[in-house]
Amino acid sequence: MMEHIPLNFPFLAAALLVGVSFYILIFKRNLIKLIMGIGMLASGVNLFLVALGYRAGGNAPIYTDVPEGPMVLPVPQALTLTSIVINVAVLALMLTMVILIYRHTGSLDSEKSRKMKG
Amino acid sequence: MVALITHSPILIIAIPLVAAFLTPLIGMASKKARNALVIVSLAFVAFLVIILARDISINGIHIYTLGATSPELTLPGGAMVPIRIILEVDAMSIFMGIIWATVSLAAAIFSLSHMAGETGQNRFYTLLLLMVTGGFGMMFTGDLFNLFVFLEIASISGAALIAFRTRFADAVEGGFKYIVISAVAGLIFLFGVGLLYAQYNSLNIGFLANAMQYSTLDIIALTLFLMSLTIKTGMVPLHMWYPDSYTVAPANITAMLVITSHACMYAVFRICFSLYGGVLDASVVGWIIVIIGLLTMFVGVTMAVFQTDVMRFMSYHAISQMGYMWLGVGVGLAVLGNPALDTYGRDAISGGIFHILNHAMYKPLLFMTAGALFHRTGTRDLNKMGGLGHNMKFTLILYIIGTLSIAGIPPLNGFASKFLIYESVYQFNPVLAVVAMLVSIITLASFTKAFQSAFTGPQLPEYKDVKEVPKPMLIGMGILAAAIIFTSIFPGLVVEHIVNPATDALINQAAYVNGIMGGGMP
Repeated sequence: MMEHIPLNFPFLAAALLVGVSFYILIFKRNLIKLIMGIGMLASGVNLFLVALGYRAGGNAPIYTDVPEGPMVLPVPQALTLTSIVINVAVLALMLTMVILIYRHTGSLDSEKSRKMKG
Repeated sequence: MVALITHSPILIIAIPLVAAFLTPLIGMASKKARNALVIVSLAFVAFLVIILARDISINGIHIYTLGATSPELTLPGGAMVPIRIILEVDAMSIFMGIIWATVSLAAAIFSLSHMAGETGQNRFYTLLLLMVTGGFGMMFTGDLFNLFVFLEIASISGAALIAFRTRFADAVEGGFKYIVISAVAGLIFLFGVGLLYAQYNSLNIGFLANAMQYSTLDIIALTLFLMSLTIKTGMVPLHMWYPDSYTVAPANITAMLVITSHACMYAVFRICFSLYGGVLDASVVGWIIVIIGLLTMFVGVTMAVFQTDVMRFMSYHAISQMGYMWLGVGVGLAVLGNPALDTYGRDAISGGIFHILNHAMYKPLLFMTAGALFHRTGTRDLNKMGGLGHNMKFTLILYIIGTLSIAGIPPLNGFASKFLIYESVYQFNPVLAVVAMLVSIITLASFTKAFQSAFTGPQLPEYKDVKEVPKPMLIGMGILAAAIIFTSIFPGLVVEHIVNPATDALINQAAYVNGIMGGGMP
């Protein structure tokens, strides 16, 4: 049991990141903090994907100067890169919108800058 | 022509993508050329969708493997796992594709006039075409990760389009809500994809369906998929963002957003039927969908009754109408694998899917008429409008067509699909059908109220000089109205040739799996 803990460490870290980010998303009212929460959620999911890509005894899938033995499938790394790129776009768009919201309402509090209810 | 049909799945996704990045370049030279490019590329895509639909109705599922020597070669050299990105277009995918092609073309034509006064139109059309790409990608892909990528493309461009009129504070707020919800939903979905990849080392839906064990991790993944996609479709406990975002978007964009939420609904069906079909605990998942569907239709319509903002009012109705589709397909899912499937389950699924088609025609039409009112009066408040029927006769007629259709008044298409749902759901559980009928009555009542306050009554002095909306807007709405009238006159034809094949494609999981796993011939 104990020897699995180092192997599972990345998954525990990913779970922690996802848990903290959900706490932020639900309880924080500052829009910038909300965006940071989404950034953390993205990091958690990306860490999970990268951790999946490692199989015990496998080599990194880099074709130049590869040691003998099996290589891991490079799909999770490709997924993570794509996901990082998408998240950059999402975070940039969210930050521009927060700038506009601040210009319109003068507040970053999600309760005070709300216009629509019901 | 044969080559065009063979490569049409990727062309349908690639043409709007290329056109999206050509529009700013051409827009710098000439506005007219840019508008022509947008319309021509969307019209060509619609043409491709129609020839692909014809091909699928004759030859069955259409597989397209990107980068393979032949498009059907899914398992090159006798490999056990499909390694390339594969598009798998069956009757259900192309059914959604037909809807998306029609509505995006109508919305683009509508925006020629509706957005004419805005700045930055080059970028508007870029985003619009990107959203079209994202939607088609979601419908045609046979791969879970690509589903996520296209979902994000549609979400990012959709959020930017909602907030496009940045001079309005509420538009930015709506856009921000949409992108936050989409980002969270997308990441939850990606987490679920990771869970499945960890066990089966593949992302292909057909391959995963073949290997599916329905272990605890698979159930967690299913829960994550359902959570993320139902957030995106605005099902009731998670619907708060939906009216806020849909109200403030330009009307043509709201029309397209309705279809992207149908695309997410399509993804739910794809996951429940094609991915988990054989192993799923069908009655539990089916009942969950049915109950949430009932809540959705009832809460949506009760919230709609007291709205005074015309777009917000219609957004709540959009939520409510989604409930019918969840109800129909949920009942079908609950009896999947039982003998009851043949007696009424298949009809329930057909009713739900037919209602997607009808809703995808009348709800964009209604949103566009609301946009036409906003275009001429500058307000969305129903209490400030009145007597507009005197000057906006065509808009009035189009609004009446949409209203009668959404309320399910007999000659129109809304009746045909709702009747199919009532009839089949009644055999499953009578209470469900009674609630569905009650919701339909409240829908009619509230639309009559909105009709009365916007169009009827004496001409108000401030709207004396209001003119009918420009021709492109009327043409955009006319396309959808024509589709409604066609479906109303020939419901049998539509059900037989478009809806029933889509239902069978959903139920027949083996054919979907075989499309991928049977493709090892060199």
